[in-house]
Amino acid sequence: MGLLESIVLAVLAASTPLLLAAAGELVAERAGVLNLGVEGMMIVGAACGFAAAWLTGSIVIGALAGIAAGTALAGVFALLTLGLAVNQVATGLALTILGVGLSGLIGAGFVGERIAGAPHLYIPGLTDIPFLGRILFGEDPFVYLSLAIVVGIWWFLYRTRAGLELRAIGDNPASAHALGLPVLRKRALAVLFGGACAGLGGAYLPLAYTPFWISGMTAGRGWIALALVVFASWQPGRLVAGAYLFGAVTILQLHAQGAGVGIPSQFMSSLPYLATILVLVVISRTRGRAGAAAPASLGTVFVPDR
Amino acid sequence: MLERAAEQGVPAPLLQAVGISKRFGDLLANDAIDLDLWPAEIHALLGENGAGKSTLVKIIYGLIQPSAGELRWMGRPVVLDGPAQARALGVGMVFQHFSLFENLTVAENVVLGLPPTESFAAVSARLAELSRAYGLPLDPKREVWRLSVGERQRIEIVRALMQNPKLLILDEPTAVLTPQEADRLFETLERLKGEGRAILYISHKLEEVKRLCDTATILRLGRKVATCDPRRETAASLARMMVGGEIGEVKSGAGRSAAGARLIVRDLSLEPDDPHGVRLDRVSLEVRGGEILGVAGVAGNGQDELFAALSGERLVDADAIHIDHRAVGNLSVNDRRRLGAAFVPEERLGHATAPRMSLSDNALLTGHAVTDMVRHGFINRAATLASVDRTTKTFDVRKSKRDPEAVSLSGGNLQKFVVGREILREPGILVVSQPTWGVDAGAAATVRQALLDLAARGAAVLVISQDLDELEEIADRIAVMFEGRMSAPLAAAQADRETIGLLMGGSSLKPREAAHAGA
Amino acid sequence: MLVLERRGESSTAIAIASPLLAIALTLATIAVLFALLGKNPLQALAVYFLDPLTDSYALQEMAVKATPLVLIGVGLSFCYLANVWNIGAEGQFLIGALSGGWLAVATHGTGAGPWVLPAMLVLGAVGGALYALIPAICKVRFGASEILVSLMLVYVADLLLDYLVRGPWRDPQGYNFPTTAEFDPVALLPAMIEGSRLHYGALIAVVVVIVATVVLGRTIRGFEIRLVGAASKAARFSGFDADRLVVTTFVISGVLAGLAGVIEIAGPVGHLQPAFSPGYGFTAIIVAFLGRLHPVGILFAALFLALTFIGGEGAQITLKVPLDLTKVFQGLLLFYVLACDSLVLYRIRLVMPQRRTADGIA
Repeated sequence: MGLLESIVLAVLAASTPLLLAAAGELVAERAGVLNLGVEGMMIVGAACGFAAAWLTGSIVIGALAGIAAGTALAGVFALLTLGLAVNQVATGLALTILGVGLSGLIGAGFVGERIAGAPHLYIPGLTDIPFLGRILFGEDPFVYLSLAIVVGIWWFLYRTRAGLELRAIGDNPASAHALGLPVLRKRALAVLFGGACAGLGGAYLPLAYTPFWISGMTAGRGWIALALVVFASWQPGRLVAGAYLFGAVTILQLHAQGAGVGIPSQFMSSLPYLATILVLVVISRTRGRAGAAAPASLGTVFVPDR
Repeated sequence: MLERAAEQGVPAPLLQAVGISKRFGDLLANDAIDLDLWPAEIHALLGENGAGKSTLVKIIYGLIQPSAGELRWMGRPVVLDGPAQARALGVGMVFQHFSLFENLTVAENVVLGLPPTESFAAVSARLAELSRAYGLPLDPKREVWRLSVGERQRIEIVRALMQNPKLLILDEPTAVLTPQEADRLFETLERLKGEGRAILYISHKLEEVKRLCDTATILRLGRKVATCDPRRETAASLARMMVGGEIGEVKSGAGRSAAGARLIVRDLSLEPDDPHGVRLDRVSLEVRGGEILGVAGVAGNGQDELFAALSGERLVDADAIHIDHRAVGNLSVNDRRRLGAAFVPEERLGHATAPRMSLSDNALLTGHAVTDMVRHGFINRAATLASVDRTTKTFDVRKSKRDPEAVSLSGGNLQKFVVGREILREPGILVVSQPTWGVDAGAAATVRQALLDLAARGAAVLVISQDLDELEEIADRIAVMFEGRMSAPLAAAQADRETIGLLMGGSSLKPREAAHAGA
Repeated sequence: MLVLERRGESSTAIAIASPLLAIALTLATIAVLFALLGKNPLQALAVYFLDPLTDSYALQEMAVKATPLVLIGVGLSFCYLANVWNIGAEGQFLIGALSGGWLAVATHGTGAGPWVLPAMLVLGAVGGALYALIPAICKVRFGASEILVSLMLVYVADLLLDYLVRGPWRDPQGYNFPTTAEFDPVALLPAMIEGSRLHYGALIAVVVVIVATVVLGRTIRGFEIRLVGAASKAARFSGFDADRLVVTTFVISGVLAGLAGVIEIAGPVGHLQPAFSPGYGFTAIIVAFLGRLHPVGILFAALFLALTFIGGEGAQITLKVPLDLTKVFQGLLLFYVLACDSLVLYRIRLVMPQRRTADGIA
């Protein structure tokens, strides 16, 4: 395998958890809900995913467990922010703090265990095509699933009635309510979807990326996913570009560390975080202070009168 | 009622509300209200703000459920679980604060008000056809934020008509229209009535109701007061029923002598700070001591930007604004207050006051730089409370305790507070936006009288208002804003509605020609 | 279904009762969790929350652990009251420790005079403030989310600490352990009581609480902070500049977090090492909310959360439950605090859906 090929494959794998989590968050934010708990949902998804996979020996069950865990935490978030009209920023933080603690509790019994990671696809003929074959047909299935989810989200948002309703709710929940759209129910569904995606993105880490559990293994990916949604201007297409860009930064700094370029490893490790800040500054600046692309009601509480 | 039913050959009203009550916490918003709506009839629902009109209409549209009583549709009892169900029965609704989505297109906005069975393409086609048929032109592909207020209302009306409603509800539809646009709306409504539809028309403009409506139901404090034929009533008798007594006439300060100009705006231009705002384009005006200058115009034509520039919330060139011959365009809001200016914004909760803060904190909000409320950086609580007490006493602010949160006051009482807190400082210049928007008649009269008295004491008062009746009542001269530009002012005595209406619609015709065109 | 009804007037009684209710609900949930882990819930709760209160060493330890929480929590309350979302206090805490720690490392063994400690405190405060300025400026100048920028900087600060104590600042006599040398006595906070771990940092925290209470409650600057947070448009109308306030509040919380950092290393820790903070910067977020963003409330909230740290350590030893249980506990507590705060603004009512038939005709 050539160096370039292996780098591309590694970038695809490194980007996938970001893309999954960011895709889910994008849907929630299009409905007007800012869930800062992505990191918490991812890490619990990772812990539950690994635990389930280790206990059952099945990657699929592991992935489903990750999805279930992320969804459950998102349900708590929805109950507070939508049911009790609690501030979304504070609740998202609470979700992350709780998630980090829960993951440690769940994963405590599995430290040091290993599983066989998710198998890579092999389609005779196609996967054997030089270079492109491995990239297009030879990664693990989650890589392709994440792309399918993004395409599905695009189709849903711009080609279906339900997607139009979701965008309308994100634009103006009061108007949507006046028209009789079930604002809170739709927002709750969007949040749950976001949780499912974050849980899956988290589970990807111990199931496919590094087939073992370590405490705190999401390492801020949930926060980077949040930044990616801003980077993408809430458009699914740009999300893919953003996720792969960040995946590339991660892999390049790892390769640079491996190659021993003489820069302390801690500086290389901080690159993804510094890149996130840089991207946020550049994107926010070019869009102007108004942030016209953000859903108009993002982060605001809506309480219908009855 | 029976005779009338027989006469029209209809066994029962299209919609009948029987003993409808609605309680919100401690507030009884609707108290056993009966209402009959018949086909081919325009029925006015009259009442002051807070009389319960919106609550009743929301119940009929299925948005909220009544605490007691029932609705009957063509004689059969119905329980409306939501607007979709009301629409399925044949109820259409045009909201006062439009229920539109700024960032979606016209067609998308319309689709969202229809059952999900019809395809997007089919809706677009029907929309084009319907808007042509009723003379309500709309471009289905345009995003709503690009449209004028009048066009937005058209979307609402077309969206309601797309469902071929038997009953159409309009909530204060002319509040945002020029007189000419209102005339066109009345033609449309007459035509809909001719097609046999029932129309429930909510308004507090009595002349309009007398002209358009066949029946009027009057609400006061949540109760039905009367049902009558508005054409047989006078505006005064209708007003008495709404208010439950006589409204004090506002006494104009006779013999006001206009002194020199105290507020001068010259060639004020300003880019909007939000993408949906309006650019001010070389606005000029002068307000003399002792006079009230009214600024008329349909909402969203730059009034908010003008207020921000005058108050100092947005800074401009120093020379664009002069207060008592000092260039102040680049001075902060508090510097302008120190020069004797005072400001009352349109939005009572959230702009003029912080809703969840006490009245004394809200007194501090505009007073901290110009009163004794702050000493060496420390807040003097006794002074802020004394200020609240003074305002309460002078302007008859009704409240539950000495220093409640702003949000707990009724609209009228809060408006008396925010106007009163400025007037008690005896400002030399007062800029006030929509001084009586959404307040009851008693509070409106108090506020208008206070503005007149302030001008009579020599202050220059600028009133930005959408309400032409109000401006005609208190302003000495009236200028009109349209798309960020300001017309030359007309003396109020000579300014007829026709001319002002044309200016509000963007016509730059000279008054004489305008009168001709209108004839 | 649950329906929220806005209260006409915020309820003061509930404002005081809600944090207590939140604590009660958290304890109940934790009891269930203990039962699930196979422990006797009552006994476990006693180990967690009562045992530390019965012994004077643990009581002092509580004050020691509460000190950074109070300092950071008060700083964060300035931000959150103004609706400025600084969630990177952990980073500002670490940078404060590094800035002050640098002087301790640089003067180590040089026999420098008693000026070292005051200079460290100043350096720590300045370092924390400068680090907090980064998200503030990104927000004000470029419109970048202060939430994400401040959080990203936590990871960066963590890596910087790791680099310094493994690299240039490592103690040459430290058997290759990633730690600096133990600070000289002139770089250490003296104990308030001879022989105890309770140091003068606790006193600084109490002074900060008093000053913050006066500033927030009595001065026009405090009013400005509350007004910008409560109604930004009204604040602008009042003549306050929200952008300037973003910078001010970030600097205040940066100063206090940085001070907390240097107090922590000059007090109980005595050197720099990776992960010397058990996440005080994040726990302080919970402290700020549990204290209802009021300095005095924050003082009590910090003591309570300090108790969970100590109880958690005790429970790990005597009950053999994972230390992560403390984090779960803290996360749950924040959830319940936020949920109970909803009661201050809203009345919650149970509403039964009305009977109905499919077509709406009853």
